[in-house]
Amino acid sequence: MIAALLRRDLAQFFPFAGSGGAALPLLFFLAVAMLYPFAVGPDPTLLARTGGGVVWIAALLAAILPLDRLMARDIELGVFDQLRLRGVAEESAMAVRLFAHWLSFGPPLILAAFPAAALLNLEGQTFDLLLLGLLAGTPGLAAVGLMIAALTASLRAGAALAGLLLIPLSLPILIFGAGALARGDAASVGFAGAISLALVAIAPFAAGAAIRAGREG
Amino acid sequence: MLFRELSLSLGGGAALHITGANGVGKSSLLRLLAGLLRPYAGSVATDGAIALMDERPALDLNMPLGRALSFWSRIDGTQDDGEIAAQLALGDLLDVPVRYLSTGQRKRATMARVIGQRAQIWLLDEPLSGLDEASQGLVIGLVGEHTASGGIAVIASHQPFALEGLQTLAIEQFVPPLPDGEGIEGWGNGGAVPRDIAASNTPIQPPPQGGGDL
Repeated sequence: MIAALLRRDLAQFFPFAGSGGAALPLLFFLAVAMLYPFAVGPDPTLLARTGGGVVWIAALLAAILPLDRLMARDIELGVFDQLRLRGVAEESAMAVRLFAHWLSFGPPLILAAFPAAALLNLEGQTFDLLLLGLLAGTPGLAAVGLMIAALTASLRAGAALAGLLLIPLSLPILIFGAGALARGDAASVGFAGAISLALVAIAPFAAGAAIRAGREG
Repeated sequence: MLFRELSLSLGGGAALHITGANGVGKSSLLRLLAGLLRPYAGSVATDGAIALMDERPALDLNMPLGRALSFWSRIDGTQDDGEIAAQLALGDLLDVPVRYLSTGQRKRATMARVIGQRAQIWLLDEPLSGLDEASQGLVIGLVGEHTASGGIAVIASHQPFALEGLQTLAIEQFVPPLPDGEGIEGWGNGGAVPRDIAASNTPIQPPPQGGGDL
């Protein structure tokens, strides 16, 4: 049952897996990395010093794009009601969705960081810290995104609000993930990872509660 | 409040038609029975798997109908969508993405999902809306088969439902009258005033032979 759920979720959200639009965050991320050198000029040292931060900002903005499709569509279709009738708890469905959302967003983004790093002249330790930071931070971004998407799904301006909410809530991950680049220390990446884990642990329960509350409304 | 002092009990093979005007609380009663809403007061007891059909098909709009249905049969651990789809005259549409289906075809596809679940208790919200006469006959016939084999069917509809042995429950009987002066000016009738939901004492008995062998 869990496998069937995961397969359906991945078919919906994985880039290039069929239904259109799932690859957009990835392309958006690469487009930002491509535009940045044009905007600030081709100075290699400037790019190397600031490029890591730009990659993080791009990752954050790319995390906003899938939010409007993440929950609202299935709530409208009544999928979670039907799952509930079959004894699937909202929390389980949300845990599966969180995993599927991260799989379709985290690893592709980390892969896309390779061409992005080449464009921004990021090498050596900076690049390693960037990859590690993204690996530690993207689960947290996915968890925050899932909670926000579940909470705002029934609101009329939900999509726009979700974007606005994601930015402040993902600030701790950004501070430690991108901060590791500025200071060049791996301990910050550990902090980003710890925050991510805490968010991942909370998200299925918060999102599940949001679905239940939406039914009563 | 939507309704109060409503009490009903259904055993295997029973079919109940819930009638009432739009907005009186038919769908809410079904969602209460399904356990998706909690009654403000009172309790609901059911024994057996529940299948719910409402206006939302829960079928992926981008997927071909066959794959959308087979997702649910994988979740339910049942098989043979082809036969059920054929019963509902959907056999030729299995390769068509759900978003291209017409209203009536979607309704029939939702019915196929309900049948495929092999649940003992069917809760059907407006199962005939949007269907032509031939399809209405199909659906009524399938509900008849379900109850004849020991299942329970609860149908909420303002349309007549021509099924033999159908009991009727008119929700309006249980809607409390508004005390004088409590209506809000400009809101028209009392129906638009927000209401809490109350249902009480609505046990649904299991069908005698389990009903899982449709």
